[in-house]
Amino acid sequence: MSDIREAREALVARILGGNGTTSLTQRSEAFNNAWRTKPTSTLIERVATHARKVSDEDITAAKESGLSEDQVFEIVVCAAVGQATRQYDAALAALREAESNEHAPKEPR
Amino acid sequence: MRLKSLDNGHGVGTKALFAVIRALSRQPTPEVLKLMMYRPDFFGTHMKKITHEAMRGPSAWSIGERELMAAFVSKANDCEFCIKAHTAVAVRAYRDEAMVSAALADPAMTAINEPLRATLRMLGKLSREHTLDAIDIRAVRAAGVSHQQIVDALAVSFAFNTMNRLADAFKFVVPGPEVFDAGAKFLLTHGYR
Repeated sequence: MSDIREAREALVARILGGNGTTSLTQRSEAFNNAWRTKPTSTLIERVATHARKVSDEDITAAKESGLSEDQVFEIVVCAAVGQATRQYDAALAALREAESNEHAPKEPR
Repeated sequence: MRLKSLDNGHGVGTKALFAVIRALSRQPTPEVLKLMMYRPDFFGTHMKKITHEAMRGPSAWSIGERELMAAFVSKANDCEFCIKAHTAVAVRAYRDEAMVSAALADPAMTAINEPLRATLRMLGKLSREHTLDAIDIRAVRAAGVSHQQIVDALAVSFAFNTMNRLADAFKFVVPGPEVFDAGAKFLLTHGYR
C-alpha cells in the first residue's frame, strides 16, 4: 500500500507554517480560497477551480497589487495544494461513510 | 513560465545541474523540474516524496494503471502538459497506445478491467466536481475495488490535482512528443524522486 499521509502532512505544515515571503495569514487565505481582495482573489479562485483559465493578466495584476514573484509563487502553490487537499479529504470522508454503512448491522425486517 | 524566477531564479548549483541535464538529454530543461527545484524546501522536496510514493510506492495498482489515472485526472482538469506527459508514460508502461488513447477518451468503451474503469470514473468525478459521496464510493467497491486500492488511487489524484493546477497557473511550455517520450522513459526508469 502506498502511503502519502506523512509526506502530505509535511507539505501542508511547511507551506502553511514555515518561513516564507508571504505572511502565514496570506498563505492560509490562499490555501482556503479565501483571499479577501481583488485582483489577487481572482487569481486564487482560478487556481482553485479553473486553473486552465489563469491568464498572464491575472499574474501581472497580482504583482501590480504589490506582490513579488516569490510571493505569487507561494500563494499559487498554497491555492493548488489547498484545493487538492479539500478534494482528497472529501473523498476520504465519503469512503469512511460508505464503509461505516457496510459494517452497520442490518435493520430487522 | 509566467514567473521569471521559475525560469532562471535558481541557485548556481541547480543551474549547473540543469546544464548537465540539457547536455545529456539534448532536450530543454523540463518545466516540471524547474518548478520542483525552485525553493525546493518550500514545495518541491515534499511534493516529490508524495508523487513518488503515490506513483511508485507499493500498491495493488500497476505502474501503468497509476500513470493512466494520472493522465485521466489531468484530462478531467484539462491540463495539456500533464495529459501529454502521463499519457506518454502510460503508453510506454502498457506498450499499447491505442488502448491508452481509448481509455482516456471513454473508459466505458475500452477493454480495461472493471475495477480500473470504475476507479477512473470516480477520479474523473472528483476532479471535475471537487467532491464525492458515499454512493460514488459504493459503486467503486461494487466493481471489486478494495479499500486500499481506493486510498491509493486518491493519492494519485491528490498529486495530480495539485500539479495540474500549478502547470496551468505557471503556464508550463508544452513541448513536442519527443520531449514527452524522453521524459516518460526517465520516469519509468527513475520514478519521481
